[in-house]
Amino acid sequence: MYDIIVIGAGPAGLTAAIYARRASKTVLVLEAMTYGGQIINTPDIENYPAAPHISGLDFANRLYEQATGLGAEVVFERVTEIKDGTEKTVVTAENTYTAKAVIIATGSQNRKLGIEGERELVGRGVSYCATCDGAFFRNKKVAVMGGGNTALEDALYLADLAETVYLIHRRGEFRGDEATVNALKERQNIKFVLNSTVTKLIADKRLTAIEVTDKNTGAVTKLDVNGLFVAIGRTPENQPFEDLIKLDEAGYIAAGEDCITNVPGIFAAGDNRTKSLRQLVTAAADGAAAATAAVQYISR
Amino acid sequence: MNVIKVTAENFETEVLKSDKPVVADFNADWCGPCQMLKPVIDELAEERPDVKFVSINIDDQDDLAYEHNVSSIPCLVKFVGGSEASRSVGFKPKSEIIKFIGG
Repeated sequence: MYDIIVIGAGPAGLTAAIYARRASKTVLVLEAMTYGGQIINTPDIENYPAAPHISGLDFANRLYEQATGLGAEVVFERVTEIKDGTEKTVVTAENTYTAKAVIIATGSQNRKLGIEGERELVGRGVSYCATCDGAFFRNKKVAVMGGGNTALEDALYLADLAETVYLIHRRGEFRGDEATVNALKERQNIKFVLNSTVTKLIADKRLTAIEVTDKNTGAVTKLDVNGLFVAIGRTPENQPFEDLIKLDEAGYIAAGEDCITNVPGIFAAGDNRTKSLRQLVTAAADGAAAATAAVQYISR
Repeated sequence: MNVIKVTAENFETEVLKSDKPVVADFNADWCGPCQMLKPVIDELAEERPDVKFVSINIDDQDDLAYEHNVSSIPCLVKFVGGSEASRSVGFKPKSEIIKFIGG
């Protein structure tokens, strides 16, 4: 049995492991994919205190080395269930582990459009990351779906590469930063498609066009594009725990800044918790808070 | 076996005319998930002599990426007998890559 099992080896989970190891607790970190979480997709992090420029990959590698160097054990298995009790049982596809306390730090995923062919066309024109995949669309026509800051920044980034960028938004105005909206309006090759959503993907081995429906008039327009960047927010990965842990309406774990959930001994850290700001620095902060709360719980 | 670097020049010989199944890893230096996948591919290249592993840098070989409809990396494309059999997009852990490669 471990003192603490951490689910997720992103910035929140690995920071929790660091704090727990420094409190001399035994720690197992279970990760379904690879360590680092979504930050590995970021080429250059510019807002982490005292590290003005670091790539997401370097950040992840350093964090991983720090946590494992302190003695945290990291195993790559997907957690399917937590069973509550005086000791907690964590079930993966391959094994079953037990611990005195559990920290859930499973982060979030890109929200999908949920339309036909979307899954099959990922990597064949449909993308959720403009900085990752923008280079494939040099001098081509692309569309961005979304109205928040990510969508606006994606459109601006793509406008430097692509011939035309259609920015499709289901509302009539943007909720993102005004400065970014103004910068977009100055770009000749960005075309706004407002009050509309993408309703169909047209493909022949790769995406060739999309259909966009105007939600006020019902009019359907076909746009010839090679790329569609979906930036309609993120969604937490709390499905395996929803029967046990109280979630908020949006599916995030209902826990405050102390990271304490409705189940004693189970804590939540990072993007999967109810919070107003989801950033690298807030994920790391959650890791520290959750580990501290877990250590207190164990020695209660 | 080492992972072979493939360009437009040797693509036909190394991939299309290979007598073994080929796993082509489309990647780039700036792509974090690609760099995380690389050691996994290196290990598999050692463990699976029945499969040829090749690496294609999409910045140098953008035509190859376009011809094979690759628009997101990392992207693994499995070629059998000169044509695409299956593909896997994004980082996946080794156990899933093994399943993707198959017998």
